[in-house]
Amino acid sequence: MSSPITPVLTANWGTDRSWTLDAYTRQGGYQALAKALTKSPDEVVAAVKDSGLRGRGGAGFPTGMKWGFLPPYDEANPTPRYLVVNADESEPGTCKDIPLMMASPHTLVEGVIISSYAIRAKQAFIYVRGEVLHVIRRLRAAVAEAYAAGHLGPDSPAGVDLIVHAGAGAYICGEETALLDSLEGRRGQPRLRPPFPAVAGLYARPTVINNVESIASVPAIIGKGADWFASLGTEKSKGFVIYSLSGHVTRPGQYEAPLGITLRELLDLAGGVRHGHQLKFWTPGGSSTPILTDQHLDVPLDYEAVGAAGSMLGTRALQVFDETTCVVRAVLRWSEFYKHESCGKCTPCREGTWWLVQVLTRLENGQGNAADLDQLLDQCENIAGRSFCALGDGATSPVVSSIQHFRDEYLAHLEHGGCPFDAAASTAWAPRQEVHA
Amino acid sequence: MSINATTYAELQEIAGRYPQARSGLLPMLHLVQSVEGRVTPEGINACAEILGLTAAEVSGVATFYTMYKRKPVGEHHVGVCTNTLCAVMGGDQIFAELKEHLQVGNDETTADGKVTLEHVECNAACDYAPVVMVNWEFFDNQTPASAKQLVDDLRAGREVTASRGAKICSWREAERVLAGYDDGRADEGPSAGDASLAGLKTLEGK
Repeated sequence: MSSPITPVLTANWGTDRSWTLDAYTRQGGYQALAKALTKSPDEVVAAVKDSGLRGRGGAGFPTGMKWGFLPPYDEANPTPRYLVVNADESEPGTCKDIPLMMASPHTLVEGVIISSYAIRAKQAFIYVRGEVLHVIRRLRAAVAEAYAAGHLGPDSPAGVDLIVHAGAGAYICGEETALLDSLEGRRGQPRLRPPFPAVAGLYARPTVINNVESIASVPAIIGKGADWFASLGTEKSKGFVIYSLSGHVTRPGQYEAPLGITLRELLDLAGGVRHGHQLKFWTPGGSSTPILTDQHLDVPLDYEAVGAAGSMLGTRALQVFDETTCVVRAVLRWSEFYKHESCGKCTPCREGTWWLVQVLTRLENGQGNAADLDQLLDQCENIAGRSFCALGDGATSPVVSSIQHFRDEYLAHLEHGGCPFDAAASTAWAPRQEVHA
Repeated sequence: MSINATTYAELQEIAGRYPQARSGLLPMLHLVQSVEGRVTPEGINACAEILGLTAAEVSGVATFYTMYKRKPVGEHHVGVCTNTLCAVMGGDQIFAELKEHLQVGNDETTADGKVTLEHVECNAACDYAPVVMVNWEFFDNQTPASAKQLVDDLRAGREVTASRGAKICSWREAERVLAGYDDGRADEGPSAGDASLAGLKTLEGK
């Protein structure tokens, strides 16, 4: 059987000094840029539309369509428009963009240049979270090399300038309008939409914001063709993506494959759940996507099928937890994260995440009562759909889905008078479980 | 301590990199930390003056982001991920043992001023859990023992190299890089760690 692994974005990660211009160019780097420059900007936009590429940052919105929302470009009276790359990778479980920028920053830089050319932006930004020092070094070095090689700069063929901008620690800045406020030197709080960034984004100018993996996919689409890209994946979820396996897996890591692979297939590649243990629950795309269980091993991991299973594909951040893990503890910790990262702008999220933590703490310590579960669901109803941005919605996902799948485990905490699990058993260094045949 | 002429000029230079000067505020605050060891009132005033903002406006930004510190940070900042996945994989135990080992609480600095310990949120390295960050460099697949050895080495001034990154500099030097002043060390370290290559490795020999 042929392997489902299709290395495109990850293909050069293992090569010597893969982050340098020299290594990238030797592997065919910047040929897609040369090809793009032979086309008109509109033809490049059309190719991205035809490829079916959907945003890889979680929402899955068609990238070409997003570009198409920009107002028509006025040749006679050009006004600034911007490309901003969202490299604020912070969704718990998500760990694909950071290794991509560490190993092959030029893939992203080439994508930025082609995409800027397509949307006629002369200034682009990569907004990268501040907590990844070496990734920022690699990105800056790559940008400097691209300037020196004549790929970037006002006199380069595409005429694009690119600034690598380091954030300062705020999960909310992954939300695209909060990112724009942050990039303008403000508190990173989301903006009311409309107007959408395509109309009034950075400095109130037309702006496209895309995830790292989305923009990094553009050179391959241009280089190998939209048809090739669209031939991979499923009918409505086209192309390849990076799946990130973490947690109680024998070989956690990055697995690049066409959309639609299942967790069962991915676990086969990764050596399965760690020896002697069984899958208990998992997130398909980060902590903001409702958890799934061993009943969902054969759900194709594309936008449609995961949605039909009651969750979201999100960032394909597959956090795998085995039977040693207390689901209440896991959900409490995620809730503490959302409470900490709520930007405070809107009341349902700011106050609601605070209350979720109060109730979940009580339950985890065995001090609550059965009515607390209804209380939690009621609180979630008052957060989801009533918050200013998706952070509030995301905060309710683990709570609601865990009660749906593991209500008995919550109740067991009450009967036991505390958490019935041994936290030591779930650690990476827990004694190896003996399996008896 | 006040902001000297060199730093003031660099702050102006950062503001000048952007189409609109205020966009430089986040990197400017990183530079303030690299010089002052925290965000000081003097640093806030300098940023405000350069950008034509009030000190309150700059403070409002500085207090929003967790990487900006109002208390002095030690020579090294050690961040232990205690978000769910790392916590479950052992991050909670690592953090507890480090607190005891260093005799500090969360967001506190050792008496010798060498190490500030903090629990941090998900740092996008879940396939290397449990993860510890030193001055925002990755230390992958940690254990309580390896983490204690790590902080002992930092306190003793021994050379320490990140799992996927460079030889460890000081927290202040790291903040200077975040402000946009390169230290020329991008070529240190590997392309990727083992987990990043896990998918590729399944193809080996095929």
